[in-house]
Amino acid sequence: MDQEREPGRGWHDMGGAAFAGAVDPASHDYALWEKRVDALMVLCTAKGLFTVDGLRRAIEDLGPGAFESMSYYERWIASVARNLIEAGVFTVEELNARMEAIGARGATYGAASLARGDG
Amino acid sequence: MPHDHDHDHDHDEHRHEGMSASGHPYRADQDAPLTHWQRMEIAVRELLAEKGVATPAEIAAQIGRMDARSPALGARVVARAWTDPAFRALLLADGSAACRAEGIEVDALKLVAVENDAQAHNVIVCTLCSCYPRTLLGLPPDWYKSRAYRTRLVREPRRVLAEFGLTLPDAVTVRVHDSTADMRYLVVPRRPEGTEGWGAARLASIVTRDCMIGVAVPHI
Amino acid sequence: MAEAQPPAVAPPAVALPAAPPPYPDPAAPPPRFAPGAVVRVRRGAAPGHIRTPWYLRGRLGRVERVCGWFANPEELAYRRPGLPRRALYRVRFSMAELWGEGSRDTVDAEIFEHWLEAADAPRP
Repeated sequence: MDQEREPGRGWHDMGGAAFAGAVDPASHDYALWEKRVDALMVLCTAKGLFTVDGLRRAIEDLGPGAFESMSYYERWIASVARNLIEAGVFTVEELNARMEAIGARGATYGAASLARGDG
Repeated sequence: MPHDHDHDHDHDEHRHEGMSASGHPYRADQDAPLTHWQRMEIAVRELLAEKGVATPAEIAAQIGRMDARSPALGARVVARAWTDPAFRALLLADGSAACRAEGIEVDALKLVAVENDAQAHNVIVCTLCSCYPRTLLGLPPDWYKSRAYRTRLVREPRRVLAEFGLTLPDAVTVRVHDSTADMRYLVVPRRPEGTEGWGAARLASIVTRDCMIGVAVPHI
Repeated sequence: MAEAQPPAVAPPAVALPAAPPPYPDPAAPPPRFAPGAVVRVRRGAAPGHIRTPWYLRGRLGRVERVCGWFANPEELAYRRPGLPRRALYRVRFSMAELWGEGSRDTVDAEIFEHWLEAADAPRP
């Protein structure tokens, strides 16, 4: 978004902003990992660990580049992780360690998931 | 021209040989290179399980609950409103109460139904993010969340609708609804002529997801 | 400052709701604005999680209904309770008001009470 002409408009606040181009009608089927992210959000908010407002706020805080550089559920998992750290459910250190360990399990999503069962 | 995926897109369409431990079919993404964000998802999920916050069974159950939501639920509500005036009145006063009266559990959804008629056509957007009545209709299509839709619908709705193949006469007012806060919206399309005497299931079969977002109208 | 006022852009008509808001809060004061009231959306430059879209700031509209009473998302976003609940309104804006076009098309959006002020006159 053009912050010089509209300082104060968040990047996410898109109504009426300049955009040229048709709406692309293509849709994708949701991948299992995306459905898991969605489920994590619903469960964690239902358990009172954070709110959907906190989810949105942390997504907005990702900054304007996030809309083009990340997919919808990539933004969601980044926000869920941030919110859970804020809630004290786990620490940055714990998340880092686990992400590193997962990377070492294998090069594909399937290989990295198998070690702990499928949920 | 976009077409309306009003049948369930579940993961059966991408079934590979073999099933995972929980009985789900593997999906194409299982064999794709692991991304940074997928690593994060696995890590978060495992940490939540280890800390007793959310178990794999709970996550699987929630995925199942979400998979069970589809436009077919909304279509049932619309079809009943078309044939039952008291239900229609309830739907317009309190959309969530009407869903429950139709036997659909909508949890915390706060639904507002907006009705198309000869004077007005309604269409829904969330310009700030992608709010959508997912507890009733399931997950939204990608285009609903796109920059193009979110920037343009409140600015030039008729052009956007025309791209979806819907052109409305000037005498019909287009009403755009921006889901900015707690309410979620369902468009109740007009019942087409030629459907007199149709049963509920047949009526529901012509009410697609795109009709209930407002970028299409039912056809017989 | 201009001396001549531009012609008024009349806020669009609304059908008054037949039912009370389905999300009441008996502890809350009555809503400040009734369906049919003409209101203006406040401007504001503070950062934070705000659900009043930029394109509606400073615009004139008409209350279509009171949706109910809800906790403030600006507070909920930062793990605060956002209480007491405050009134949430659906406000209807004309395309003419928003974009200067002659269309009779409208945009309805949900705006919290603290983002609205009473308006009798068109925008100066």
